[in-house]
Amino acid sequence: MTRLMKYFSEGRTSGKHTLPFVVILLGVTILASAANLFLPADSALYVSTYTITLLGKYLCYAMLALAVDIIWGYCGILSLGHGAFFALGGYAMGMYLMRQIGDRGVYGNPLLPDFMVFLDWKELPWFWLGMDQFWFAMLMAVLVPGVLAFVFGWLAFRSRVTGVYLSIMTQALTYALLLAFFRNEMGFGGNNGLTDFKEILGFNLQADSTRVALFLITAILLAVIFVVSQKILSSRLGKVVLAIRDSESRSRFIGYRTDRYKVWLFVYSAVIAGIAGALYVPQVGIINPGEFSPINSIEMVIWVAVGGRGTLIGAVIGALLVNYAKTRFTAIMPDAWLFALGAMFVLVTLYLPKGLMGLYGQLKAKRNTVMNKEPQA
Amino acid sequence: MALCCCLFGLFSLPSFAVESTSLDPLLADLVDAKISKMVPILDKIEKASDETVLPLFRTLLNGDLYYIKSTKQVVGQFDTNGETLYKDVFTGQAHPALTKRDVKKIRVNNTLRGYLRNAIARIQLTSKNSSVRESAVRELLSKLDDDTVDILERLYPHETNKKVKQAMGLALAMNTASQTQLAVSNRIAAIDTLADSLENDVRNLLTTLSNDENPAIQEASKAALDTIAQRANRFAFVDQLFFGLSLGSVLLLASIGLAITFGVMGVINMAHGEMIMLGAYTTYVVQLIMPNYIDYSIWVAIPAAFLVSGLMGVLIERLVIRHLHGRPLETLLATFGISLILQQLVRTIFSPLNRQVSTPSWMSGSWEINPVLSLTLNRLYILAFALLVFIALVIILKKTSLGLNVRAVSQNRNMAKAMGVKTNWVDAMTFGLGSGIAGIAGVALSQLTNVGPNLGQAYIIDSFMVVVFGGVGNLLGTLVAAFTLGIATKFLEPTTGAVLAAILVLVFIILFIQKRPKGLFPQKGRAAE
Amino acid sequence: MSALALNGLESTREFFRRDQVWPFLAPEQAQVNVGNQMILYVEDLNLSFDGFKALNNLNLYINDGELRCLIGANGAGKTTLMDVITGKTQCDSGTVYFGQNHNLLNKDEAEIAQLGIGRKFQKPTVFEEQTVFDNLELSLKTDKRVLPTLFSRLTPTQIDRIDDVLKTIGLAKHRFMLAGALSHGQKQWLEIGMLLAADPRLLLIDEPVAGMTAQETERTAELLTSLAGERTVIVVEHDMEFVRSIARTVTVLHQGSVLAEGTMDQIQSNKDVIEVYLGEEAAGEEIA
Repeated sequence: MTRLMKYFSEGRTSGKHTLPFVVILLGVTILASAANLFLPADSALYVSTYTITLLGKYLCYAMLALAVDIIWGYCGILSLGHGAFFALGGYAMGMYLMRQIGDRGVYGNPLLPDFMVFLDWKELPWFWLGMDQFWFAMLMAVLVPGVLAFVFGWLAFRSRVTGVYLSIMTQALTYALLLAFFRNEMGFGGNNGLTDFKEILGFNLQADSTRVALFLITAILLAVIFVVSQKILSSRLGKVVLAIRDSESRSRFIGYRTDRYKVWLFVYSAVIAGIAGALYVPQVGIINPGEFSPINSIEMVIWVAVGGRGTLIGAVIGALLVNYAKTRFTAIMPDAWLFALGAMFVLVTLYLPKGLMGLYGQLKAKRNTVMNKEPQA
Repeated sequence: MALCCCLFGLFSLPSFAVESTSLDPLLADLVDAKISKMVPILDKIEKASDETVLPLFRTLLNGDLYYIKSTKQVVGQFDTNGETLYKDVFTGQAHPALTKRDVKKIRVNNTLRGYLRNAIARIQLTSKNSSVRESAVRELLSKLDDDTVDILERLYPHETNKKVKQAMGLALAMNTASQTQLAVSNRIAAIDTLADSLENDVRNLLTTLSNDENPAIQEASKAALDTIAQRANRFAFVDQLFFGLSLGSVLLLASIGLAITFGVMGVINMAHGEMIMLGAYTTYVVQLIMPNYIDYSIWVAIPAAFLVSGLMGVLIERLVIRHLHGRPLETLLATFGISLILQQLVRTIFSPLNRQVSTPSWMSGSWEINPVLSLTLNRLYILAFALLVFIALVIILKKTSLGLNVRAVSQNRNMAKAMGVKTNWVDAMTFGLGSGIAGIAGVALSQLTNVGPNLGQAYIIDSFMVVVFGGVGNLLGTLVAAFTLGIATKFLEPTTGAVLAAILVLVFIILFIQKRPKGLFPQKGRAAE
Repeated sequence: MSALALNGLESTREFFRRDQVWPFLAPEQAQVNVGNQMILYVEDLNLSFDGFKALNNLNLYINDGELRCLIGANGAGKTTLMDVITGKTQCDSGTVYFGQNHNLLNKDEAEIAQLGIGRKFQKPTVFEEQTVFDNLELSLKTDKRVLPTLFSRLTPTQIDRIDDVLKTIGLAKHRFMLAGALSHGQKQWLEIGMLLAADPRLLLIDEPVAGMTAQETERTAELLTSLAGERTVIVVEHDMEFVRSIARTVTVLHQGSVLAEGTMDQIQSNKDVIEVYLGEEAAGEEIA
């Protein structure tokens, strides 16, 4: 028994960031929410609703980064198509919000969204049925990305498509969806996507309280997903996943059906991305095919690379930092952002292969060795 | 090609205005004449001149012929960009000072119009240039009347040019077929000859005839229409095939560079599309530098684009990719970053708007094989060019020492290194070569589409699909794959639409990789593991 | 026509036989049936790479509990044979049975490993980013499906098992060291340890003593001999001294088929072997 204890204390240290992360995340979220709701607008500590929404958006990105990190950082599968899962989750939420508009649209059709009336459609396509039910829409937000990931993963991993092949395949996947969703005939609003949402579950989407509530829910879900993912990755399954990353053939030779592990991890990751998308849409108020564009999916990867892949906390930090930088940059000099982003890709891969978390780890190790040496001297 | 030259020649004819002086008195008469007295004058003009008079007759026919009140000189009225402009009908020389008040219209009536049409046909039919004669006959097909038939019948026995004679025969056959007073057997014989033609007018005529009172005529016309439809279908198939081949040649040009870099170094250069874009912009810049020599600019642009993109490729290899050796996924990300930087750079320098690259005159126009099939010349040249580049590349890889080194490194990098191959140098050269070819692809693409910062982006996925489909490290596979995908896409498009066709091809390749993960022509053996 | 009907009747009868269950309903036998004292049957195996015959009508039978050495020059097909047995490479024709009831050719690597066939590669491959302990934990003989792995906990028995293995391979002190930080020899040991932890019926070991010191080689020999009996061991090795020290039966492969089989002494006096193998070996050693 003591050996077990010893084992747990020494062997499994990867979860040490979990508690501080959850405390800080929820603490900041609650403080910011309170500052928005209870302080007067002229107070120095007042947090504007714009900022709340922005923060909520960042948290969705952080969740998305977690999804990418789980599959890339831990399992070595570089997906350049996670934007597709994110967007599919977003579309599910968008369809629900669209149906909530009811007859308050421009054309006042109680059943059909405006764009369908505009296209002269007579009835709701089958895949829009049931989307007026919140539970059903949310089920779809996780089910559709999950099933797509399962089918794609099953096809790809079973035939042992790996490395750059797989990356480009995932990019092709999101590219194909981008093309498809641009089509008006698909019934997802074509180029313009879905927007002009009014309310969610009866709450006005423009109201401060709704915004704060969405922000809080995002934070809580992020915390839950973080903890669950940490648990999964520190279980034996997590070790198998790492083993697959480092030597897939060896893992097969000790009896693991690596394709199945990869498929299920891919599905898990896609579901997280779908949830992130579903949370994102009511906060930004629009979902359009642009979310499927390959560059979006690659940007997610760079968040993880900057923060440090293979650590969940790194993914979150990377997503927050890069997106904050993006917000600032595009406000000051919009043209420079793509230069900065491009440079970030090059510099991080060249000089920071383990990201900021890796840098932090190196610095700490250096300090430790210095401190260890001093008493000896 | 020949036809295109002649058309060009036809338009430039007005510049030979020597004749106009001898016509001056007649023209003066024309200006003064009453509308009912104009035919004899026009007749004299026709007799006194040759093809050079055509612009005058055409302008008159369109009702655009005016004369200057003060000098009685005839001018044509032209509408350019909504502004009315008067020009000399023979020389094309503009009279910018003239306004509507200074001129008076020479009026025409239906009799005159009929006369003019026939006169124009006569002039053209007697032209010394056989292709002018041929196109004149073809133009006449839709407006055969007794007069023109008379002319044709007169000219037919004397015609020496085979093509012109054939066209005339066709016109006469059409006439015979439509004459209800003629014997049915003659008409059916005529209809049978018509079945060999693909002209639209013939088809219209046959469609009318298939409702003829006489059942024998009806049947014959229907049979002829069927034959024509079958042939037309065959040519439509060829047309589609050509578009498929054209798309295939573009894919080949775009992907072959990627095939080399991916085959040799195992890395995907996500900035490959931007190499294409750089090539296209190089073409644009070259044309900016030598605006008066557009026809020759392409010969400067090809090597320039190869150099620009090739050097950029070497630079990228030396500065970035070399340091990421053995980490293909990181290479992919880093080169993606480079592609973002290059795109933004081009946006900053050239503006984000699309740029138009002009096509050299010898590449524009089309090669009309028959009335239903004409192949655009630029696509034809690009197809030939792609094959040339492919052959050149195969020769480089098979016959030169660089090629030997490249093949050695792509098959077994460590062994090659051990044998003293400078793998660093080979990598840089390979990358330069692959990128340079992408640059050349950019030159070709600039002839087909507008040049913009996002030009290359669309090609990276397609190119990769081609490489994967063909089998990595196999140039022949790339060739076959490029053309297969190009043709498949073009044949899918009519039934599914362009977007769905693109999606279907993507899905097909994803499924294909299930069955043959190593492509159509895999490298086999233990070394490939 | 009548033959066809007869055939159909026969198959229908076969289908309704009452003395046996339908094959697709029969439970997959987890146990290896070693009825004939034989654990591995390799028959008429053929495999060619682009015209080069790597395996050429190869036949090989391994007794249960045997320690067998495979020798042969480079390219004789030793590693390829192991690749086929463990499912890494598909063969062109032939059969490979594990016991009497498991056709290995229609199984993938993971299934074959789960049946109890362990393999050690020429080049040691361990999971470098994980600790020695984790490496062994991953190799334990457990339910290796996804969900059971997710919810699995280390039982005290398993920890004891890992500790035993750690002692056997002499890495007890390094249990929480990252495997990537081990020396080459230690990695070899760790890989052997991973094999032991998996508790396999059949071990395929490719060049176990490459890069080991004389002492370590001796220990390896001891270990392998002690394993035989309870388990079946097939060793591929170039080091003839080592082979002599452990081998009871030696099989010589040459150009993809079996050239000779017998004790070391028999092999050494075999005319064919002297001609093709020892001659080449001697020549090879001169070059080296």
